[in-house]
Amino acid sequence: MQAHTLQGGFAHPPSEAAQAFRRIMEAMARPGTIHSVTGAAPPAPLSPASGAALLVLCDPDTPLHLAGAADCPAVRDWVAFHTGAPIAAPGDCLFALGRWDELAPLDAYPTGRADYPDRSATLIVEMDRLEEEGARLRGPGIETRAHLSLPETGAFRANAALYPMGLDFLFTCGDRVAALPRSTEVF
Amino acid sequence: MTDYNFAYLDEQTKRMIRRALLKALAIPGYQVPFASREMPMPYGWGTGGVQVSAAVLTPEDRFKVIDQGADGTTNAVSIRAFFERTAGVATTTATHEASVIQTRHRIPEAPLREGQILVYQVPIPEPLRFLEPRESETRKMHELEEYGLMHVKLYEDIARHGHIATSYAYPVKVEGRYVMDPSPIPKFDNPKLSNSPAIQLFGAGREQRIYALPPYCEVVSLDFEDHPFEPSKADHPCGLCGATDSYLDEVIVDDAGGRMFVCSDTDYCDTRQAAGYRGKDAA
Repeated sequence: MQAHTLQGGFAHPPSEAAQAFRRIMEAMARPGTIHSVTGAAPPAPLSPASGAALLVLCDPDTPLHLAGAADCPAVRDWVAFHTGAPIAAPGDCLFALGRWDELAPLDAYPTGRADYPDRSATLIVEMDRLEEEGARLRGPGIETRAHLSLPETGAFRANAALYPMGLDFLFTCGDRVAALPRSTEVF
Repeated sequence: MTDYNFAYLDEQTKRMIRRALLKALAIPGYQVPFASREMPMPYGWGTGGVQVSAAVLTPEDRFKVIDQGADGTTNAVSIRAFFERTAGVATTTATHEASVIQTRHRIPEAPLREGQILVYQVPIPEPLRFLEPRESETRKMHELEEYGLMHVKLYEDIARHGHIATSYAYPVKVEGRYVMDPSPIPKFDNPKLSNSPAIQLFGAGREQRIYALPPYCEVVSLDFEDHPFEPSKADHPCGLCGATDSYLDEVIVDDAGGRMFVCSDTDYCDTRQAAGYRGKDAA
């Protein structure tokens, strides 16, 4: 284990995790809005925002799937030390992290059960750019209009069609995060 | 302060609650099971709301607690003191100053805004529970969107009383999918559930359920075309501030049957009185 594995967590976990969670919750409650989450310094290729999301949400109870370039020894060690989340295959995970093309295919992830739709995965998607423009969003949490630079639209339309089952998404870029719950329709 | 972790709960418990909150916001009106903890207060005193508040509070928040609209009643005072002591957060009684408001059985009269969070204490989260006691059955009914029983209950109200007699915990349908118990708020408050700019979170400690309404979410009170939903209140102005648009408590004032009606929302009433409004019973 390298010394840098031990670094990059929250300096003061109770307050920093609370602040980061509030931003993530605002993002999930208001799809298409972008919020800043700071305090985490994970190893490459993770962004500070995705690192913060892992610190806030993952622990030994949450199997995590690392997709593509994120599945490297430095990230595995960092995740193991800071969260204790077990690494899992897509079909067994509660959280997955990677770039959009690395996370595919989406039908590999649990979408919940009809009687327990909450038992579904949350995908943390690393993005090159994240802007409040592009695909139009409609649904709970959106007063009139919202737009988000999604990597595509078809997959999210198919996901929304599963409602109330389905996947939920966090999009991260640098220290910024946005979210797309299953309840949002994408045009 | 140093004797406790921030906001009392340990970090792993807060992560568990936070994960449940995100799923609850993603599926509005659906009850997410969570591993409710023992809190240093009895079940029925708002342990669900307290756990949700503990999971969302940050050190920068300004916290308000109301019990039946009042900031000064036992439940409100003790929960406010609990978080002053364990989280060190600032508190207030003014609705517009608060960023997180924990409530028992009311929605504040003053309009909420974006950035505010309303946390409800919920005794029985399952709207179908008094009609069907088995959790396995009510879960199946939610899965199949089989809510006919609830309409039968409202119909029987009409058959017996001539109108829908349910006056609090009036069932609502969220985004056209899940029937939800809005907690025992008076049905006067039901219209405020819909399209609120604030995030609304519901915590049931003993029953171990969390559910949520994101902002700008459609919430419809169940009714019939020929018996539409009507929010109701006592047909009086407030005795202290004269408000005609607020929900009122009836207070017995002597042994001779004397009574007065006053705003249940104490902050709303105080604000109006400070602005010079007076009701007929004001000193």
